[in-house]
Amino acid sequence: MRHVFGVRVGPVAFRIGSAWRAPVEQLRTLYRDYPAHDGVPDFTVRLEAARPWRRFVRPSVHIRGDFVIPDAAPLPLAQGLLAAEMGMNLQMALGQRRFLLLHAAAVERDGRAVIMTGESGAGKSTLAALLQARGWRLMADEFVLVEPATGLVHPFPRPVSLKNAAIDVARAALPDALWGPLMRDTPKGAIRHLVPGAAALAGAETPAEPVLLLFPRYGLPAEQRPVGAGEAFVRLTQASTNYVGLGERGFTALTRLVTDVTRAAIDYPDTDSAAELIEALW
Amino acid sequence: MSATRYRAPPADALVIAPLDEIVAVFHRASGITHLVGPEIPDLLDVLAAQWLTADAIEAAFEQVEGDRSALIATLDELVAAGLVERG
Repeated sequence: MRHVFGVRVGPVAFRIGSAWRAPVEQLRTLYRDYPAHDGVPDFTVRLEAARPWRRFVRPSVHIRGDFVIPDAAPLPLAQGLLAAEMGMNLQMALGQRRFLLLHAAAVERDGRAVIMTGESGAGKSTLAALLQARGWRLMADEFVLVEPATGLVHPFPRPVSLKNAAIDVARAALPDALWGPLMRDTPKGAIRHLVPGAAALAGAETPAEPVLLLFPRYGLPAEQRPVGAGEAFVRLTQASTNYVGLGERGFTALTRLVTDVTRAAIDYPDTDSAAELIEALW
Repeated sequence: MSATRYRAPPADALVIAPLDEIVAVFHRASGITHLVGPEIPDLLDVLAAQWLTADAIEAAFEQVEGDRSALIATLDELVAAGLVERG
């Protein structure tokens, strides 16, 4: 590939190759405070032109790599950074075997982690990002990595993909944060990547013990209800991309996780309410 | 004609994890996770690696006046799930 970028995020090393300079330059800016990685990566992402001439004419980005979805639609070059981030997510979702992967966010304090899972749009990424302003270390916003042998959560502090109204909310709450470019008109509306704070990057190799599992829903009056271990297990098997592939290691890790932690579904109208609910359950 | 008999895998072929209201059962041979009611592990234990008739199962649970149709329905479900063999 013409342009190459290598980076380590927590325990995972990526190499991103691109037919264009711009997405790699944006990645270099976004990941400037992450450790570089020049060796053999765990996963490779390639951003390629659909046809050779499409590198120049109405350039559109195809996501390729170790693992691909054959009919994934290409993105315009202006969204090349988004294509790279989606490609990295795809490699993890399809290729990660070392950790049980949960589609969830996680924050940490005093060596103990809160895992927040839920459907897209439930507000978990935004909540995890905003909790940074309240003394929490962001561990992950998209994929929570559970180590089967120990049950510990390992950090995967990728830039947080914030959408639409959440962008301005987070800019107000985290005025010193580093941001990627604003990308309008993506398939999910406006998207902007927020780089996790210094604590998140400094602690990118430091795992934590999961103690609280939350199923948050944003936009409702503050309320909480306990969630049984069985319901939590079922919902997390659905939130995991590699539970089946891990076989017995995944079963052991997930049954242990849902048994060991406090579990609750919380509804919250704003970050203050969510923080209060978390403190009460903590 | 001999009575229908049932058999479950040996105990070490299953990993059983009680989760409050349900029980998760991992079947090592197939790699499939099954979610079952809290009464099922005892039934799997009685049937582990040995063929038993419905009479013998009821006797094992001392259910002389038990509801035979409910037991057969449960066994049929376990057969369909691949956790019990019928022979």
